[in-house]
Amino acid sequence: MTLTKHELKQGMLSLIIWTISIAFLMVICILLFPEMKGEMNEVGDLFSSMGSFTAAFGMDQVSFGTLEGFYAVECGNILGLGGAFFAAFCAVTMLSKEEKDHTGEFLLTHPISRNYVISGKLAAVIVEIILLNLIVLAASYVSLVAIGEEIPWKEILLLHLAYFFLQLEIGGICFGISAFIRRGTMGIGLGLASVLYFLNIVANISDKVDFLRYITPFAYAEGTDIVTNGKIETGILALGLAYGGAGILAAYWQYNRKDIH
Amino acid sequence: MEAIKTMGLTKYYGKERGIINLDLLVKEGEFFGFIGPNGAGKSTTIRTLLGLLKPTDGKAAIFGKDIQKEQTEIRKQVGYLPSEAIFYQGMKVKDILKLSADLRKKNCEKEAKKLCERLQLDPGRKVEELSFGNRKKVGIVCALLHEPKLLILDEPTSGLDPLMQREFFQILKERNEEGTTVFLSSHILSEIQRNCTRAAIIREGSVTACDSVENLMKNRAKRVTVHGEFKPDFLKGVKDLKQIENGISFLYAGDINELIYQLSQKHMTDLVIAEPDLEEVFMHYYQDGGETA
Repeated sequence: MTLTKHELKQGMLSLIIWTISIAFLMVICILLFPEMKGEMNEVGDLFSSMGSFTAAFGMDQVSFGTLEGFYAVECGNILGLGGAFFAAFCAVTMLSKEEKDHTGEFLLTHPISRNYVISGKLAAVIVEIILLNLIVLAASYVSLVAIGEEIPWKEILLLHLAYFFLQLEIGGICFGISAFIRRGTMGIGLGLASVLYFLNIVANISDKVDFLRYITPFAYAEGTDIVTNGKIETGILALGLAYGGAGILAAYWQYNRKDIH
Repeated sequence: MEAIKTMGLTKYYGKERGIINLDLLVKEGEFFGFIGPNGAGKSTTIRTLLGLLKPTDGKAAIFGKDIQKEQTEIRKQVGYLPSEAIFYQGMKVKDILKLSADLRKKNCEKEAKKLCERLQLDPGRKVEELSFGNRKKVGIVCALLHEPKLLILDEPTSGLDPLMQREFFQILKERNEEGTTVFLSSHILSEIQRNCTRAAIIREGSVTACDSVENLMKNRAKRVTVHGEFKPDFLKGVKDLKQIENGISFLYAGDINELIYQLSQKHMTDLVIAEPDLEEVFMHYYQDGGETA
């Protein structure tokens, strides 16, 4: 608990900046919806006839003119990508920073086990992800109320839940990576999140690389699929969470056996 | 009971040597010096004892507890001062001390306040604003605040001004008198000579000599200073021969009767035969390969 509290204090500024940034963009997007709704009826055909580009962002499945369709594509990309970047950044630096910043010698000469350190830091990553998502959800709710539209609760909550799982998965994988590396951590984390995002775009464009859906968490967090089907695809979600779990197990395995420099 | 006991402790960094078959014994209550130049393996030994590094081979125990299996229990009884004290950015000194105490699940407020006063450390300052010496003081307080049974200090005085060094050694002396074992790693030989009762010399990852500081200094070698016409050409065991004004000075580790005989054959104006200082002993172990403890 002491270590988790310490990590939350250390990461507070970063959490505030990421949360405000994502929430601000979400709010702006939502507040623009009433104005765009009317125009969407005119440009809807255009958006749905741009070939690969339309498929890449799933705009062939939903209508921009509906709140859930608009939310799935616009807000989904903001929270999906922004949340993934935050989870990657937060998790990939969590263990490695002790060695990078040379504070490991101070921390690990206290009467605490390495498992305590790993668990305390993992708890901090999860709490930060939960806080970011709750605040962003609250900001979205207020904005949705403000525009006076009927809120499609089921779709909105499913979308937020999917992005939360996506962040947990990326967080778990990056946490595992964090136990193996000492330098260049941020680049690796943000790079991984970007690659996974683009893998999903590629998978959306071509059926030949459909297997990519089993690799990237953006596949089960594909907003347009969730809105269209009214559910998260549980098969690939379970697989994704297993990847995240494997990352966490790798962190425990590696951090317990490594030399701390 | 032994405060520290290592048996064949070995640590390699890949193919690079850290320490090799290191045997060391520090008794409870001792003020023990660990001497060696940079890269000899002092910090590797300490970091292995504290569980930061996994040993490649060998065993070690602190207060009879295995360093690999009972790390958490060991660290409850140990205070450690690293050679370079680095803390979390953005935190105040008092927050660092509180974090350290909380991680030990102890209320150390009173002791921390006392130590800060003695070392003239402002607990309200942010760590990144502190000079190297003041950061060292934070490290000293962290190492001492929970009143450990064993203090492991790695190059503790670097960055401290002479007055603060005196205060620091005064605190160590008081703690040692109360029963705390002090393990002082340093390459500043005068520090070891002044404060330690026993010492070990480490060379290329292995202990070359381990004895009381008094015995290490006694050694067989004497510093001989002769003012006059004397030249030690026929003596065996002469080292570190230096020309001085009106004479010579050398370390002599041969037969003392032979030395007296040779000296008696020449005219001298002055003669001094003295114990070498620890620095000279240290150089003896380093230049000649020394002898195994």
